[in-house]
Amino acid sequence: MTLEILYFAWLRERIGHPRETVETQAETVAALIDELRAREDRYALAFSDLDAVRVAVDQDLCDMDTPLAGAREVAFFPPMTGG
Amino acid sequence: MQVRVQQENFDFGDECARFAAAREDTGAVVTFCGIVRAPAAGVLHRMEIEHYPGMTERAIAQIAQTALTRWNLTDCLVIHRYGTLLPGERIMMVATASRHRADAFAAADFLMDYLKSRAPFWKKEITDQGADWVAAKDADEEALARW
Repeated sequence: MTLEILYFAWLRERIGHPRETVETQAETVAALIDELRAREDRYALAFSDLDAVRVAVDQDLCDMDTPLAGAREVAFFPPMTGG
Repeated sequence: MQVRVQQENFDFGDECARFAAAREDTGAVVTFCGIVRAPAAGVLHRMEIEHYPGMTERAIAQIAQTALTRWNLTDCLVIHRYGTLLPGERIMMVATASRHRADAFAAADFLMDYLKSRAPFWKKEITDQGADWVAAKDADEEALARW
């Protein structure tokens, strides 16, 4: 499956780009993170503390167990600070 | 319901006046405006607000829709800016309108709690000491529990 992955705030800065397209067989968000972590140190660093990472699948906030079947876009970011 | 996500500034007075004008079904309007404030330490040069285009509009519309369903509102407005903001500049505003004031107050409070923690914005402060992302507070997340 082809996924568009987006990074925001310090995750974007640590990984070094705002978005990328990946080919993956990951079944859940957690499995996708494991794949990304294994790639390079900067990914491992960005995803070293998952308590500080939030995720949205197709622009809906979800959690690490969320299945990726049918998903097109996955975004990773720190806790939001709106308002 | 009106939701605007924009880079440009807005005139708080004009927005309030326009929102409150000509509403025969409304007896109360509550407004809130968030402003860029100086950090506890250092001198703030500017604030950079990043957001997630697409999800931002969608998340705010969902939050506003929940407010409209939950309270007896005649209308609500959310404006939130992104990009580079200077100290003292307006960041965002909410306005709620209802027949009686309790609904407008409660809905405005609810909107602010949810926008704080569930609208995809991230703030970075650039001060004379360097640049840092503003961390979310536990209290902000806990505030959601009261709704």
